[in-house]
Amino acid sequence: MQSKPLALTILDIVSIIVLGVAAYLALVFAPTEAVMGNVQRVFYFHIGTAWVGLVGFVLAAVAGILFLVTKNMKWDRLEVAAVEVSTMFFFITIVLGSIWARPAWNTWWTWDPRLTTAAVTELIYIAYFMLRQGIEDPEKRARFGAVYTLLGGISAPITFMVIRLFRTIHPVVIGNQSAEAQGGFSMTADMRVAFFFALFAFTVIFIDLMWHRIRIGDLQDRVENLKLKVSM
Amino acid sequence: MDTLPDTTNYMIAGYVITFITMGIYVLSMYIRNKNLSRDLETLKSIDEEEK
Repeated sequence: MQSKPLALTILDIVSIIVLGVAAYLALVFAPTEAVMGNVQRVFYFHIGTAWVGLVGFVLAAVAGILFLVTKNMKWDRLEVAAVEVSTMFFFITIVLGSIWARPAWNTWWTWDPRLTTAAVTELIYIAYFMLRQGIEDPEKRARFGAVYTLLGGISAPITFMVIRLFRTIHPVVIGNQSAEAQGGFSMTADMRVAFFFALFAFTVIFIDLMWHRIRIGDLQDRVENLKLKVSM
Repeated sequence: MDTLPDTTNYMIAGYVITFITMGIYVLSMYIRNKNLSRDLETLKSIDEEEK
């Protein structure tokens, strides 16, 4: 087995600690919201996971560009790692949003612009893995992935901006929201602490998981190369 | 005075799903890493034998 760098071990420990602190701040430290009650506490992790999800999709697009320019497979490994980790986090974002929507909007799901663009974004990246698997040649697979994430990356800023540009019931926490928005609230100072710490915590966890996933990508490439060598 | 709605069950469900999803993902990475390391060792030994 590959030896794990000390920095990665430290990052693993820091990730567990910051996740625990973020959960404490969200569940205990932050005050209960006056209208929605305890369900509002899912908001901290909802935003934290959405942040790393969307940033990861943009990062994958950047890695895709770098691969197309340099043809260096390390950018392909970074791209795959970013997409995989972000897809997992963005799935949590959508589920948490749906759970929050049930008491806040009286429905699990509605085809609101934000929810629709978020669902489309998630499906784009699930399809990315299914399509990648169908390509045998690593070079061709990497080129396809780069172009796909470059085009798919457009969905991330659209998902972010849609609640700021269109009439939607999804609230905007920072910035102006649509008149139709339902379930919005003003953050108190303690809520802001929990909110910004959740953003920080998920950024650390994202980097940690990315690093692990890149190492798996390295290992996959080594196994694939050795398989070719042995079969010749 | 309006009473605060009891939405604690939704909150618990949200956090349970979050931790389970992250846990499954970390476990999947651990299993993939273990299987790939085993494959690499096997392939290395086959390669050595062929030399």
